[in-house]
Amino acid sequence: MTPASSVLLLTTLTGFGYGLLAWLGLFCALGLLPHAPWFLPAAVMIALAFASGGLLASTLHLGRPERAWRAFSQWRSSWLSREGVASILTYPPAFGFAALWYFAGAGAPATRVLGLLAAVLALGTVYCTAMIYASLKPIRQWHNRHTAPDYLIFAAFSGATMLAAFTGIWTSHARLTGALAALAALVAAVAKRGYWRFIDRQAPLTTLASATGLAAFGSVTPLDQPHFTENYILREMGYQIARKHAAKLRRITLVVAFGLPFLFALLAAIGIAPMIAAPLAAICTGAGLFIERWLFFAEATHVAAIYYGRAV
Amino acid sequence: MTSLPQPIEGAKKLGLVIDLDTCVGCHACAVNCKEWNTGGHSAPLPDYDKYGAEPDGVWFNRIHSYEATGQDDGCGGRTVNFPRSCLHCETPQCVTVCPTGASYKREEDGIVLVNTDICIGCKLCSWACPYGAREFDEDAGVMKKCTLCIDRIYNTSLPEAEREPACVATCPSRARHFGDLGDPSSDVSKLVAARGGVDLMPELGYNPVNKYLPPRRAMIPTRATETPVRSGTGFGAALLTLVDRVLSR
Repeated sequence: MTPASSVLLLTTLTGFGYGLLAWLGLFCALGLLPHAPWFLPAAVMIALAFASGGLLASTLHLGRPERAWRAFSQWRSSWLSREGVASILTYPPAFGFAALWYFAGAGAPATRVLGLLAAVLALGTVYCTAMIYASLKPIRQWHNRHTAPDYLIFAAFSGATMLAAFTGIWTSHARLTGALAALAALVAAVAKRGYWRFIDRQAPLTTLASATGLAAFGSVTPLDQPHFTENYILREMGYQIARKHAAKLRRITLVVAFGLPFLFALLAAIGIAPMIAAPLAAICTGAGLFIERWLFFAEATHVAAIYYGRAV
Repeated sequence: MTSLPQPIEGAKKLGLVIDLDTCVGCHACAVNCKEWNTGGHSAPLPDYDKYGAEPDGVWFNRIHSYEATGQDDGCGGRTVNFPRSCLHCETPQCVTVCPTGASYKREEDGIVLVNTDICIGCKLCSWACPYGAREFDEDAGVMKKCTLCIDRIYNTSLPEAEREPACVATCPSRARHFGDLGDPSSDVSKLVAARGGVDLMPELGYNPVNKYLPPRRAMIPTRATETPVRSGTGFGAALLTLVDRVLSR
């Protein structure tokens, strides 16, 4: 599948935003956040800014962005529609959570409940995003049991690095949040390696013989193409990445998305320059997850490309 | 509404039956489809870089050619021309993933259509189709697809004999048939039954309505070789054997 930057931005930025919002809700409920009146409103605004930025970026992917509002209507069947609805539903409790923190106090039961509600809706939105991909049967690298948990793990990981960066800058220490981010980096790395091992061992969904109804005639090979130039199907779904490039990018992902954030988060956790180390962890995570998401698309193959003799 | 209609027992399932035995790969179906549909329900079907080095455009039919090679084919592989278009599936994921309701399956005849007036061009339906049947109109920013010539098959201003899809009407080798595949007594259903029509990629579970008729097995009878009876030895017998061979040809 051809990686479109608008969709890469959507999935990575919303992961950061909703991941941070989820951790804020959970940490507030557990009473682990610094009790400064402006801490949470500022953090929630940053989380919503990232999520909104991602959602706005996704409209750049549309052929008719001015009709985007229509996408809220088909939540009964479409995960894309559910994502839109869930993202809108997340705003009121998130704003309410920030307002109650400021006016009613960090420890007020209403603040904690609203924070947890915002966290659940934030993770629900990430889940809907993941299910857009996980529900697509023609793409074996997406339609599997890894996709949805992985998106939640990466959102939690990127949100944790954001929380560490924010607490590091605000309070100049990030003991707990840094440790959390380091742990999340390890979990995310394990999940990603598991995903890669899984897709490398996956059998193709179909064969050209089955796709052409000629299975009874033995093996089938392409003879003549219907057209000599790339058409929409090939441009959108026939993307091919060389195995050696994919292998290199996987190594870069492991280092930039998980290795460096783990080291920086660990430094922040043990108290070595948390004001610098924790933001660096978040920045590396952002760059690394963008590459990771690019690979998620580039390595995904669509069965329709089999008609053109491409490997699926 | 992008939820699929409840299947009704005995409901119409309009579709195509494509005969891979008689298709000659002439692309006439693709051309007539383009000609009709660029002025029809989904008009226009744009072309890009028309006279340039990389011409491209929206076409609802794409004609591939394949070579099928089996163990029991004494003469090696066979060429199979393969027209590919929307299969108007019974469980089309292209419809259910649509976030706007632009993509829908008609309850009355099972035709899968796009309402281009509300399509937002998110392209998700094309990702959900394993057959590569949907084509994006880059000019209008909306998705388009085969309509089964809905503007021909119900068109009362056309003579009744012409009320069939453009691809079917134009096929010079009668490799394309149109009809109700939900009715077991229809001509197309009987044809599918008689010829062992198959679904494409049945393992993906889309239940396509369109069926493909596999090529017939080659049955070219070869004459039994005769062994000339030798009437004796010597020149005369050899001459008679030669005469017998020549006359037996």
